[in-house]
Amino acid sequence: MKQFIAFWKDLNLSARIGLVIVSFFAFCAIFAPWLAPYGESEIVGDVWEPIGGEFFFGTDQIGRDLLSRLIFGARNTMALAIVSTTVSFTAGAVLGFIAATMGGRVDQVLSRLVDVVISIPTLIASLIVLSAVGTATSTLILVIGIIYAMPVFRIARAVAMDIEVMDYVEAARLRGEGLWWLMSREILPNAMTPLAAEFGLRFCFVFLLIASLSFLGLGLQPPLADWGAMVRGNADGIAWGFMHPLIPAACIAALTIGINLLIDRWVFKASGLRDDQ
Amino acid sequence: MNNPVLSIILPRLAMGVFILFGVSVLITIGVEALAGDVCSAILGQAAEPSTVAACQAQLGLDRPVHIRYIKWLGNVLQGDLGTSLANQREVSEQIGKRLGNTLYLAATTALFAVPVGILLGVIAALYRNSFIDNAISTTTLTTIASPEFFVGYVLMAIFAVNLGWLPAISNVDSSMGFFTRLEASALPVMTLAMVTVAHMMRMTRASIISLLASPYIEMAKLKGLKPSRIIIKHALPNAWSPIIQVVVLNLAYMIVGVVVIEVVFVYPGLGALIVDAVLNRDLPVIQGTAMVFATAYVLLFLLADILSMLANPRLRHRR
Amino acid sequence: MSEILLDVKDLLIEADIDGEWKPIVNHLSMTLHRGEILGLIGESGAGKSTFGLTALGYTKPGCRIVSGSINLDGVELVGQSDAELREIRGNKVAYVAQSAAASFNPAHTLAEQFAESPVQHGKMKMAEARKRSIELFRQLDLPDPEHIGERYPHQVSGGQLQRAMTAMALGSDPDIIIFDEPTTALDVTTQIEVLGAIKEAVKARNVAAIYISHDLAVVAQMADRIMVLRYGNLIEEGNAREMLANPRETYTKKLLNVRTVRESRYDHDKEDIQLKIENITARYPGTSVDVLKDINVDIIKGKTVAVVGESGSGKSTLARVITGLLPPGQGSVKFHGRELTAELRDRPKKDLQSIQMIYQMADVAMNPRHKIKDIIGRPLEFYLGVKGKAREQRVLDLLQHIELPVEYGERYPAQLSGGEKQRVCIARALAAEPELIICDEVTSALDQLVAEGILDLLLNLQKELNVSYLFITHDLATVKAIADEIVVMYQGAVVEQGTKAEILTPPYQPYTELLLSSVPEMDPDWLDDLVDRRKRGEAPTAESISS
Repeated sequence: MKQFIAFWKDLNLSARIGLVIVSFFAFCAIFAPWLAPYGESEIVGDVWEPIGGEFFFGTDQIGRDLLSRLIFGARNTMALAIVSTTVSFTAGAVLGFIAATMGGRVDQVLSRLVDVVISIPTLIASLIVLSAVGTATSTLILVIGIIYAMPVFRIARAVAMDIEVMDYVEAARLRGEGLWWLMSREILPNAMTPLAAEFGLRFCFVFLLIASLSFLGLGLQPPLADWGAMVRGNADGIAWGFMHPLIPAACIAALTIGINLLIDRWVFKASGLRDDQ
Repeated sequence: MNNPVLSIILPRLAMGVFILFGVSVLITIGVEALAGDVCSAILGQAAEPSTVAACQAQLGLDRPVHIRYIKWLGNVLQGDLGTSLANQREVSEQIGKRLGNTLYLAATTALFAVPVGILLGVIAALYRNSFIDNAISTTTLTTIASPEFFVGYVLMAIFAVNLGWLPAISNVDSSMGFFTRLEASALPVMTLAMVTVAHMMRMTRASIISLLASPYIEMAKLKGLKPSRIIIKHALPNAWSPIIQVVVLNLAYMIVGVVVIEVVFVYPGLGALIVDAVLNRDLPVIQGTAMVFATAYVLLFLLADILSMLANPRLRHRR
Repeated sequence: MSEILLDVKDLLIEADIDGEWKPIVNHLSMTLHRGEILGLIGESGAGKSTFGLTALGYTKPGCRIVSGSINLDGVELVGQSDAELREIRGNKVAYVAQSAAASFNPAHTLAEQFAESPVQHGKMKMAEARKRSIELFRQLDLPDPEHIGERYPHQVSGGQLQRAMTAMALGSDPDIIIFDEPTTALDVTTQIEVLGAIKEAVKARNVAAIYISHDLAVVAQMADRIMVLRYGNLIEEGNAREMLANPRETYTKKLLNVRTVRESRYDHDKEDIQLKIENITARYPGTSVDVLKDINVDIIKGKTVAVVGESGSGKSTLARVITGLLPPGQGSVKFHGRELTAELRDRPKKDLQSIQMIYQMADVAMNPRHKIKDIIGRPLEFYLGVKGKAREQRVLDLLQHIELPVEYGERYPAQLSGGEKQRVCIARALAAEPELIICDEVTSALDQLVAEGILDLLLNLQKELNVSYLFITHDLATVKAIADEIVVMYQGAVVEQGTKAEILTPPYQPYTELLLSSVPEMDPDWLDDLVDRRKRGEAPTAESISS
């Protein structure tokens, strides 16, 4: 508890707002089944019932309660994003560390491979692969995980290389320490802070990618609630003056803004910059 | 190699070509996985295996992958990108038309967004942590963190539905006059511009701030130079390199952003084309469009690399 | 006595350290007269740089002036507007920074940067500034003074840049110049040239100067008066010659103490040769120039071989070859008669254990995320298989050996001072129970007094454990204190080698003589004498060596 209070004091206003936002959505995601007034795919009323009427956010394009769908959507989309980010991070970081520590040919080959894959814009690559292999949830996780492992590789490698040139790594090498020791005990502890900040950023990118893919029809499939798909589904309403699609879109924006605010401050502190410089 | 400039550019160009080859292979592999389904999709699940085989033979899908790749590559180098499965038109013809539209969108946006983004970034850096900086930073954060379609729909809701000033659907074609075209593309341009300005402003701000912490800037202050001179003569010449990187990288971001925006506003560009093709499993179109996107991406990154090295004063004046 | 130019009274400056404001200049006062050179000397953390900068009315980011007054020629600087301060900076008061390479803008030529301050302050027009730059470049002994102004900073060497910065400072004809450790980053032999040039230029123009340094011998050459600072407080102040002859305070006396030359007698030929470096020639992969040319060195058990040289001499590269980080092109390294494998990865643990290394920068030589007890304990476990309670006990023993309290075991490196960190590195090396320890500039980054403590520790450990040292350094004073044998290196080759007695008594090799003569001594006339002798051709200079 004391640690948390110290942490809170350390943050400025914007980071605190970020923390509140993120915690709010995380809470919704975790306790979704207990919080949502109706079921995820339950039809409860007429199409596009007004916002603020009988249903808090009205109903969507086939009559499901928007609020409940939002809450479940938080859970589905966030869960997918976290798992994908973790997959991409683990793969990317391990490979990046190996490339940095082993150097030489291993590094060259890995870097070239990554250079090629990274040269295809993420959205395009996802479009192609997903349309080919289908959009089962496990596939989504794998595909997004692999695609985002590439930029993570680059960053992990850069961080590891910065650390690797330090004398203490050379001292460990001179001792005769093996690759595993070097990576896990010498480099990793010092890489945690920049990598953690990067994890948050990646999560945002993944989250936005999932939203965009769902928007284009290639993300989580119905009847699963997903914010991006909800925007797509309700989009036609705008022409008639129904603002429903803006709500899930606003949620996406809010969450990513929250994470960004939090990370900005964290990165700033970690880099040791001063406010008055 | 005596010329320092050439010795920087040539190896990178070679690398770029290598990467493009790699990319084309990857795209082909990715598209390959679709191949099996195409014929079944066209003919339906209940089709006879022999009919499917005939369809595959007709589309040339029965030959091994690497042969098809080489044939495709040969054609591409001659300018022939194949024929669309959906509507039997030349892929290159379709891409050509759409490419023009997408470039129009990108160019119009860039014209406005680049100077504004850089200017805002420089101002925010100079007045760091002041009210102006915080205001600019917060606004741009909102835009960056939001998905493009959100920004798009908000703008659509405000300007098209509520105010009725601009059309919600941007159905552009080459017959339009200059102003009609501009009006029709206004919303997608605005959306893309907002996102690009935000990215550019943040990256410029970060570069300038780190530049301002350099020892030679402190030295300039200690020599009693005027702040305007310090910014213009000392900071700026060293800022070109990072700024150019920022600009070109953002042009690359735009390529991806364009896809979603074109779908939102139903703008007939390359992005809308690839999304349709993916949903229709139109292999040649996917392959061709993806290559165009990837090529643009690779070229832009290459350009960023080369330009920023050229702009580095240490490299321009050799020992 | 000439008029008072700068009058600082009771100045209190605080710095923001980890969120708390702490005083770094503690109610200090100084007076500077026209044409006088004042030396500010102290170890790191003394506040000398911060104090010196106040003559410009400037505090670094993170510092603030709390109280006191700075009176420059009748004008009060504390509380002045930015515009007023700009009038003074680069005009009445000029600054020469520690690192010329970082302080010059890479995008502009030297002449442009020379001219901008005087031109902006209205002192002269562009054309006149150009002429003046050539004049000053010539006065500061820069090569090709007519054209060197057209070069960019990265096209010019470190020592030349430092002189160019001094020229730039003199350009506006200031009343005061502040020299902030101007020669600290330079080689000993280059340092002399820069010092001589600075002193002459300053005296010729009757400019007042504040000379900041941690090296008392250097300050002794330049200053008329000296102020000794420590942790923001004044220890002693007075006329330079008097202070050097009769220091009053203990601290000053300690700073003045030249390290004694340690006697060493032994029969070279009878002793046991532990490490034999034979005909080593090496170059870095991908380069075409040998950085080591046919090196032969013997290290005797329990003795210290000091390898002396300046940057580019190859001394650090030699260490890399011995440890196996850089395989040699030719030659071999033999340990107790047995040849060591060229590559590190092929060596058996026993070999790795016998040769340990201590680095120059203790901050980066230890993993900041490891506790001290783990840093020292790892070699115990890795080489000797000592674990658990036995390991804990050994770590405590080692901490005692290096004279650190046992609680330090639980600390992290960042919580230790520079000297303490280096002691831990020594303990880490000892934990492996090695036969040879390579010390790579281990005292170069430390304050003088702290460095002495480290050297004493190393000597005691050698007596007790009979461990050999290969001591790499550029500092001759250290060599005199610690070496049994000396190897002098220059540009990859051995210039001279032998016992300490042999090397340090004449006749000398030309390069050895250059090195020896370049070490500043506590005699205030030393610099002037040396410059004179060099002009008359009686002492070697860098040019005479390379020809």
